[in-house]
Amino acid sequence: MKSHSMVMLRRNFKHIARNPTTVFNAVLMPVVMMFMFVYVFGDAFSVGADYVDYATPGLMLLAVAYGVGSVAVSVNSDMTKGIINRFKVMDVSRGAVLTGHVIASVLTNLVAIAALVGVAFLLGFGPSAGFLDWLGVLGVVVLLGFALGWLTVALGLAAKSPETAGIASVPLVMLPFFSSAIVPAEAMGPGIREFAEYQPFTPIIETLRGFLGGAPEGIDVIVAAGWCVGMALAGYLWARSTFSKRA
Amino acid sequence: MTSSAIAVSGLRKTFGDKTVLDGIDLDVPSGTVFSLLGPNGAGKTTTVNVLTTLMKADAGTVRVAGHDVENEARAVRAAIGVTGQFAAVDELLTGRENLQLMVDLNRRPSGDGQRVVTDLLERFDLMESAQKPASTYSGGMRRKLDLAMTLVGDPRIIFLDEPTTGLDPRSRRTMWSIIRDLVADGVTIFLTTQYLEEADQLADRIAVLDQGRLVAQGTSDELKRQVPGTHVRLRFTTVAELDAAARVLPDSTRDEEALALRVPSDAGTTSLRALLDRLDEYSISAEELSVHTPDLDDVFLALTGHTTEVAAK
Repeated sequence: MKSHSMVMLRRNFKHIARNPTTVFNAVLMPVVMMFMFVYVFGDAFSVGADYVDYATPGLMLLAVAYGVGSVAVSVNSDMTKGIINRFKVMDVSRGAVLTGHVIASVLTNLVAIAALVGVAFLLGFGPSAGFLDWLGVLGVVVLLGFALGWLTVALGLAAKSPETAGIASVPLVMLPFFSSAIVPAEAMGPGIREFAEYQPFTPIIETLRGFLGGAPEGIDVIVAAGWCVGMALAGYLWARSTFSKRA
Repeated sequence: MTSSAIAVSGLRKTFGDKTVLDGIDLDVPSGTVFSLLGPNGAGKTTTVNVLTTLMKADAGTVRVAGHDVENEARAVRAAIGVTGQFAAVDELLTGRENLQLMVDLNRRPSGDGQRVVTDLLERFDLMESAQKPASTYSGGMRRKLDLAMTLVGDPRIIFLDEPTTGLDPRSRRTMWSIIRDLVADGVTIFLTTQYLEEADQLADRIAVLDQGRLVAQGTSDELKRQVPGTHVRLRFTTVAELDAAARVLPDSTRDEEALALRVPSDAGTTSLRALLDRLDEYSISAEELSVHTPDLDDVFLALTGHTTEVAAK
């Protein structure tokens, strides 16, 4: 007997292969953003460092946040088309279908991040990260992918239709702009500045920035990991309870 | 208890302050077809959802395949197959892949999975489109694929929630013959429908559900017997003949369009002879005589005081 989650993951892979636009989107959009911010506007930002070095960690987070958007829609269409009910009335591992969606989304994230970092190098990205630092970057990306993945799965389950599911994930894409992703929080207006300093994405970006700069700050890493685990857990529990309640 | 595939008593379910199921009792013997008949909103799908472990009841006990749906949900799930109201097929996968997915998820694989898939594709006449994505299938094909997916684990109890709603008459007939084949294999079927004819055609026993209550239960004939209204129908060729007949049979009702007359009768030979004698006496001859027992539409009207609306032909 194969693991049900693996069966579901293979189903997700087939979906991606049949409908590659979701991955294409997930890869292309962050790369376009990178061109916009680094190549087009980059010289206008003064952040005390090479702008490509400053912006890359933020755009990595943006890539993950953008990438999970399609998860909410596909989970919701499984729900509204009765596919999830079909699995629920079978003796199938609870939640295997959701796990499949989350893992597929994390893997999509990794492809998008790899493409993004590749383009960053073309634009002059010069990180001073060592091997262990790169592992740290990978760890943060995967953890963040799981956290946002479970959150959007929950959003997708709770939404009434694929359309509302699509809209529900918009704040995730907007939130990085109100963090230290594009410009440092200190440069923002009052109110927004405080929000940007304390919202979960800022410590996550600062952690990525630390690893890429070869000198991660312990406190950032801990706060970032805490937020990721917290969001993953909240998303997971929310998804589980919606999954068992909704018929 | 062993002969009951499904046993329900005192089932209640409310959503907020709306009572959807108000004390349902029913018993489905193994190997029979039970049909839950009712208009939209009667509570049919909610009943199926509770019986198939998708929803928890507020009160009452439900045993399916001998297991309690609440405490032994997994055992129930392993014994049943469910085809919901909307064809739940994965549109991006091909017909074959959809079936293979079900095989891969089956905890007790029975023999060769590839073989099971191919057999089902052949049985449901889907072989030609097996390699095409389900999104290209017609409504009838989707329903067939949906039912084929349900059959992968060889379930002994199958729930069909409005299996032919939205299908054209030909696809409906195909679906009926598939269901009859399942019955011949000894499978127990719980079928919901809003089509009276469908219940009449397929079910051993019918329960009429109206606003969360079962208003009647029995075989199709038993239900029909509950309503008076057997009558003789006489059809004539001219209006003059119809007029003449209507004069000599004062308690009859006229159907002007069909040039026909409905005469209340118990359809026994004595009363039929009396009727024919009376026509003879006045030298009236009818083109055609037929005896009508009420159909389920009449039954529904008599039982609930309102028509089924959607099922009105």
